[in-house]
Amino acid sequence: MSQETMRIQKMSAHAGAIPGEDTQRTYVVSKLIDTTTCIGCKACEVACMEWNDLPFGETVFDNTYQTMPETRWNYWNLILFNEHEREDGSLQWLMRKNQCMHCADPGCLAACPSDGAIIQYANGIVDFQQANCIGCGYCITGCPFNIPKFNPQTKRVYKCTLCADRVGEGLEPACIKACPTGCLHFGSKDDMKDLAEKRATQLRDHYNFPNAGVYDPAGVGGTGVMYILHDATKPELYGGLPKDPQIPLMVKLWKGPIKWLGNIAMIGGLIGLFIHYLRFGPKDREDQDIREQIALAQEKAAKAAKEKNEEEHP
Amino acid sequence: MSQPDLLLPHGRILRYHFHERLTHWVAAGSFIYLMLTGLAFWSPWLFWLALVFGGPQISRTLHPWAGLVFFFAVSYMYAMWSAQMYSTENDKEWWKNIEHYTKNEDDRMPPVGRYNPGQKLLFWGFVFCGLLLLASGVVLWFPEYIPWNLRLLRYAAVIVHPGAALLSIGLFMIHIYMSVFAERGAFGSVIRGDVSVEFAKRYHPIWYKEVVGDSTNPPK
Repeated sequence: MSQETMRIQKMSAHAGAIPGEDTQRTYVVSKLIDTTTCIGCKACEVACMEWNDLPFGETVFDNTYQTMPETRWNYWNLILFNEHEREDGSLQWLMRKNQCMHCADPGCLAACPSDGAIIQYANGIVDFQQANCIGCGYCITGCPFNIPKFNPQTKRVYKCTLCADRVGEGLEPACIKACPTGCLHFGSKDDMKDLAEKRATQLRDHYNFPNAGVYDPAGVGGTGVMYILHDATKPELYGGLPKDPQIPLMVKLWKGPIKWLGNIAMIGGLIGLFIHYLRFGPKDREDQDIREQIALAQEKAAKAAKEKNEEEHP
Repeated sequence: MSQPDLLLPHGRILRYHFHERLTHWVAAGSFIYLMLTGLAFWSPWLFWLALVFGGPQISRTLHPWAGLVFFFAVSYMYAMWSAQMYSTENDKEWWKNIEHYTKNEDDRMPPVGRYNPGQKLLFWGFVFCGLLLLASGVVLWFPEYIPWNLRLLRYAAVIVHPGAALLSIGLFMIHIYMSVFAERGAFGSVIRGDVSVEFAKRYHPIWYKEVVGDSTNPPK
């Protein structure tokens, strides 16, 4: 996990090859969040603001253990809280640390029209490059997790970077570093998957959570942030975590078939009009004009001659 | 009923008043800007267009405002021209003979008034696209204000906006082709306002008759 993991892998709206593509072995990183051992202490939220130097914003108290309703442009890491009553009448306080999921197939990047505003490093981190961002908000539309947030002052969009600056130097993300219960893990995606499956098995076999499982949704190619859930069949309980997240169909259509049909239609139209002009030319062809002019002149001359004749021979 | 005030010296006929020409060019200027900056955001291959217009951030900021200008120009066109743009019985005959029109055999076309059915279609196409582009454009202008539970609006906008834009670009290409290349005199008419008697007779014979009517001073 050094500089070589920071090679650019994908780049939004970029024509041509990605610099340095396929020159080295890739090393995908992942966070693993064990919701079963999260106590909702918010240390990760504070660490995120500290490390990323995010300005303080007002919190919203809503009688729960949640700092505010959703992430903001300057609040990338938010523990979502849900008091869930199970079928047997017992209560569960579900805590889920919400942030960018760093999808392997990122909807934000697919939707972005600006060259190099969203990139994916070879280590899987999806990062916004605000210098190239035009503030159109297409990433907001492309994201199935409601993560990118617009800053009206700078007119740019922001989100969790998975502490790419730390990861690039061989450090773990700030949130992981701050977690006091050890519910946050960081490492290679393969290692984290391994660990996650072991913990899920433990929960199923020893802790009476028969539906415990790992959240690593295939619809977006897997994510760089995985969850261990008490009940993987109902991810919605955890602050509305989508069960089968996908890049929105409309975004796929827009960036796929509509784009190609549109390009073919526009180029075809230009070629068609050009060929039409070569074949048929302008509507008032010169020969037609000349014939008309000759006819008009002849008419005029005949009229003049007639008048002259009448004058001379009244 | 004649309109002698439209008859100009030297065999010219006034086809577009000053306010019509001005509206046309406000719409044309804004449309061309919108099309070029829009294409920059449409395809990475055309992103350089945004740089030509002062940078992608400026293009993104000004595109919606230019859109408002375009929409107001189209609205004013609607106020000016919509009454002349309704389809007539004669238009059906014209469409049946569209093949002759495309082959420049205009003498085999039924006579038309101030606007031929193709021009009417262009007008309604731009009105229709203008409405769609405005509605979807407002959503795309302020995506951050669309709450998560109304995200379907954003999904609809990213399909409707390029769809309507492609349709209007198609209309625009045909419009340029007809007015600049096919019908010589049409381009001048929307700049200086007048056309020749020959132009009026050839392309808009019913309109020509309406203008001249029983005028005691028919153009020479």
